This record gives sequence, C-alpha cells and structure tokens, in this order.
Amino acid sequence: MKAQSMQSVLQAGRPAPDFSLNSTPDQRVALSDFLGQPVVLFFYPADWSPVCGDQVVLYNELMPVFKGHNATLLGASVDGPWCHLAFSKDRKLVYPLLSDFEPKGEVARAYGVYRQGEGISERALFVIDTEGIVRWSYVSPIGVNPGADGILSALEAMTHQETFR
Amino acid sequence: MRLSVPVDPRRDHIQGPPHAPLTLVEYGDYECPYCAMAYPVVKAVQREMGRELRFVFRHFPLTSVHPHAQAAAEAAEAAGAQGRFWEIHGMLYRHQDMLGSPPLLASRLDLDMARFMNELMNRVHAARVREDFVSGVRSGVNGTPAFFINGIRHDGSWDVETLVSALEGTPEVAALGRYR
Repeated sequence: MKAQSMQSVLQAGRPAPDFSLNSTPDQRVALSDFLGQPVVLFFYPADWSPVCGDQVVLYNELMPVFKGHNATLLGASVDGPWCHLAFSKDRKLVYPLLSDFEPKGEVARAYGVYRQGEGISERALFVIDTEGIVRWSYVSPIGVNPGADGILSALEAMTHQETFR
Repeated sequence: MRLSVPVDPRRDHIQGPPHAPLTLVEYGDYECPYCAMAYPVVKAVQREMGRELRFVFRHFPLTSVHPHAQAAAEAAEAAGAQGRFWEIHGMLYRHQDMLGSPPLLASRLDLDMARFMNELMNRVHAARVREDFVSGVRSGVNGTPAFFINGIRHDGSWDVETLVSALEGTPEVAALGRYR
C-alpha cells in the first residue's frame, strides 16, 4: 500500500508521456501517431479477469460514440501480445490492446498507475487532447468497472471547448 | 450515480402504477444469464411492494459477447409497438435458449406478425435500443443487470430481500409510512 501512495496519477494539464507498444506480435502503436486527435487511454489489470471483460466489452459498444468525437481508443495492460490477441479475439474487440510488457509496466509507471507489489496496473482512465495533454484522469477501485460516463463527459467538454475556441 | 434520463411514461416501458412513489429501473440484456436470474427476483419484489412500485426496463445489450441480444431487444420493442412488450419480455427471459429466433416466441403472442417481421427486418427499433444503451452509460451502468431505485444506482447485491429493504429505506417510503 505504501508504494501505492508514493506514486501519483498523472493529472489533467500534464503532457501525456509518449510510448510505443506492441498492439499485435508484429505491430507497434505510438501515442504520437495520434497527435491531432483526442485519445482515450485506459489501463486495466489483466486480460481475462471478469471485471476487465465487462469493461473492454462496454467500450467496444461505445466505439461509434468515441468516433463521433474523432477519438481513438487504446487499452493497455502488462499482458503479452499473444495473450492480448486471444483475449481480443474472444471478446471481438475492434480497438487495439497494447502490451506494456517489456520493460514490464514502464508506461503504467510513467502515467503513475503501476501497482508495484502486484506487478499490474491500476484500472485507470486518461483522456488526452489533440495536442497530447492529459485533460482528465481517473483511477477506479481495482475491482470496479468504472464505466464510461466520465470519459464521455471529458470528451464532450473538449469538443465544446474546441467549438468555442 | 444517478439516472441521466428520467423515467418518461410516454417513452419507457412501465409496469405498475405510472405515478407510484417508488421506481425500480433495470438496465438489462436479454442474453445475459444474470439478467435471466434477476427476472424472477424483480417479479418477487413487485409482489412484495404492490401498488407502491413501478418497474421500468431499459435495454443494455452487450452485443460483442451476446450476439443475439440486440435482435432480442429490437424484437421486444417490435412487440411493444403492438402493446405486448411485457409478454415478450417475460418470454425472452424464461426461454433464453430460444433467443436465436424471437419470431418463434412472438408467434405465440397473437401479434400482427407481418408488421412485427417487417419492423425487425428494417431495424425500425434499433435507434431506440441504442438510446437506452447510451442513457445507461451516461448513468454509470457498467454491466448488467443494473438497478436504479428512485433514480439512484443500487450498488449492492440484488436478491429480493436486499432490493425490498433498499426500496423501503428510501426517503419517499419514510414519508409514506406516516400514512400507512
């Protein structure tokens, strides 16, 4: 628990650290690939665990809403790319799952959401704007599916601001 | 979390007195096994609470894990368009093994089947189901079944005793108690 409180979650207003991670065994995805459009980045503890199942599937259903905001959705956990591939196929996911696998949890650490003792990431959500700045972040209790209401509110607030800029 | 879209008697499927003091809203998926388990639970809660409760059902199909859920929800709406929503709602949950063929279930309901099939094939009710889904997401629904009691998400377990005591513990019932 102490290790937890030492680490603080990357807050709104801070630049989102760039990363390049495998999305499949032979493809990599970098955050900087998406400069110019909003990114929804979520960390989750592990493929196959029941709460993750609900969460990844819920976001799948919301792809049209995310697309409506021109936003890209990226999931990340410490699982390897082959594990992601099987999980993604099983849940019919239409967005990439990234492997924060080697060095393990490096990206989660950069975002302040790595659980040292357990070797997994928090269940955390980040909404990143077109310029790569974190606009909203949230860490859910690890066993609780945070849903998507907070993400949608953050995206709406951003779209609203862009309109009136 | 609160219900983002209030219950609207002109739009929602409501069982029980439309202006009952207590409202139980469920977001559910016809292919979800837990929702099927919740079906008799809700029935029992309704029996227990009688005329003080109205029950509202909204759709929350998770289509990537439940391939029949969307079509089943649209079929429920198509039957609803002919005034038979609650009949098909019960049939879908009691016969979850037959979800692959909603028309077979609907054929027992004395519906205008040509109209029913036409609405299914033209996806007439898809937008309505989607509206329910998005309203659920905005209300913090993260899985099914999800219950709201007088507009506030019920986070505990959903056995009959827990739901009844949650309903009886609302300020609205405390106010009623004086007159009971």
